Amino acid sequence: MAEPDILLDFAGVNTYYGDLHALKNVSYQIQRGEIIALLGGNACGKSTTMKTIMGVVKPTTGSVTFDGEKIDGLSPAQRVMRGIAPVLEARRLFPRMTVFENLEMGAYTRKRGPDFDEDLDRVYSLFPRVKERRNQIAGTLSGGEQQMVAIGRALMARPRLLCMDEPSMGLSPLFVETVFDIITQINKQGTTIFMVEQNASMALSIAHRGYVLQTGVVVLEGNARELEANPLIREAYLGEMKVDAE
Amino acid sequence: MTSGELFLQQLINGLNLGAMYSLLALGFTLVYGIMELINFSHFNVFMVGAFIALGVLRLMGLDGQNVILSGLPLVAVILVAFVVTMFSTGMIGVGIERLLLRPLRAVTGPAAMILTIGVSYILFNIILIGVGGDTRNFANPLPSVSWHFGEATLRLRDVLIWGITIVLMLGLTYFVQFTKLGKGMRATAQDPEAARMMGVEVDNVVGLSFFIGSALAGASGLIFGLYYNYAKVDMGFSAGLRAFTAAVLGGIGNVPGAMLGGVLIGLIEAGSSQLIGQAWADVIIFSILVIVLVFRPAGLLGRQAPNKS
Repeated sequence: MAEPDILLDFAGVNTYYGDLHALKNVSYQIQRGEIIALLGGNACGKSTTMKTIMGVVKPTTGSVTFDGEKIDGLSPAQRVMRGIAPVLEARRLFPRMTVFENLEMGAYTRKRGPDFDEDLDRVYSLFPRVKERRNQIAGTLSGGEQQMVAIGRALMARPRLLCMDEPSMGLSPLFVETVFDIITQINKQGTTIFMVEQNASMALSIAHRGYVLQTGVVVLEGNARELEANPLIREAYLGEMKVDAE
Repeated sequence: MTSGELFLQQLINGLNLGAMYSLLALGFTLVYGIMELINFSHFNVFMVGAFIALGVLRLMGLDGQNVILSGLPLVAVILVAFVVTMFSTGMIGVGIERLLLRPLRAVTGPAAMILTIGVSYILFNIILIGVGGDTRNFANPLPSVSWHFGEATLRLRDVLIWGITIVLMLGLTYFVQFTKLGKGMRATAQDPEAARMMGVEVDNVVGLSFFIGSALAGASGLIFGLYYNYAKVDMGFSAGLRAFTAAVLGGIGNVPGAMLGGVLIGLIEAGSSQLIGQAWADVIIFSILVIVLVFRPAGLLGRQAPNKS
């Protein structure tokens, strides 16, 4: 077997917020072309993981390497320029800007040029609805439409790694499927995807591999099919058995 | 004067005051919009601006009321005075943010706001020691061209003040709406963390909001000088409080709101001075501040604060 082609190496990260130890010696390795699902309940450290990758939270110890380069000292802007883009939890569109301006913000670190138009076309073809709504104020869109804009905004950075925080949150079941189809499609077009998700069954159904995070510790990792079959996962995240209160 | 002429005259006066308050209110609103900080040093950046303008005019040989210019020299002098004053106060604003407020950025609570009150007093005392507490005559190089509508008078000065204010406001609106940095500013005001993750350098945006706000305060200080023909070390407090009221009235954090609020406060001041006496103008203006804060804290054009759960 060839050497694994690691795009993101999140190695031995410890993060504290004051006294709170949010990530405890956490490591993930994401290979180029993969979809990785990060599963876990509330306050398990998933969002801290995302913020650490994006550079808005600095790890206390440990290190993050992207495409062979240590990025610990880089600002969020520099990380976006290197090809890491976020789809934030709860969309976090700029509510009083238009849809088009939100997309422009996704390309904030890039020069305006033919590449921009190309990416805009790509977003509009993935989400014809976004094109229809391009002049609307983002805050007035429905939750599903906002999620399309949030994904489109991240794609405008032309990312190599797309970090998605709870892409299914607050969406109708039907729309959740659409979103996951689109994530698969984006991945097939060559973008590596790191996805934090509470909806474990959906996430594992499209992921290649997964990690399970509990109170800041990676308790399980493996191939998505294995995780789907793992009794602990079935019990805790797929709702197959009654879980005793902790 | 007939009541129509009185009304017209007070409208002219009110629009002058309004121009001054609007420009000053924009600085409060820009900084508040970006970092939810009420910057009380803004009062005295305005005052320092008036003294810088006075100094610049003096350096160009204009002192008191004895030199009257016209044509190209007048345009050049006015332009230089505005550009130098605005750049200087802009840099003072950047300096205050960079040296004093940035180290406090991570501190929550009122510390930063209290610091700006301290800075305000430092600026006050620098001018008090350096220039003195006397009223200083402000140069007025404008020829006394005026137009009469009955007994109401529209002066060249008024037209100049409005013209400059409109140009500055249009420039600001263009910048905020259509330029990349302007969009970065708006995005930061709406969601600073998300903006950072899109690649906006928040430090630059904060510095820029201080620069623009303080530059506009400089323009406002120069307008004060042209309008009242004096500068004095304590001029910042009353004008600053009125401009702050204007920003709150329009909806603090809201750029068009600050423009509208400033004009309204200017008109209210002029109108109430005329109708019930100068002494009551402040009572009315600050009653408006209280009433807005109690009944409509989001201001005329403001929105309810978004739920940041």
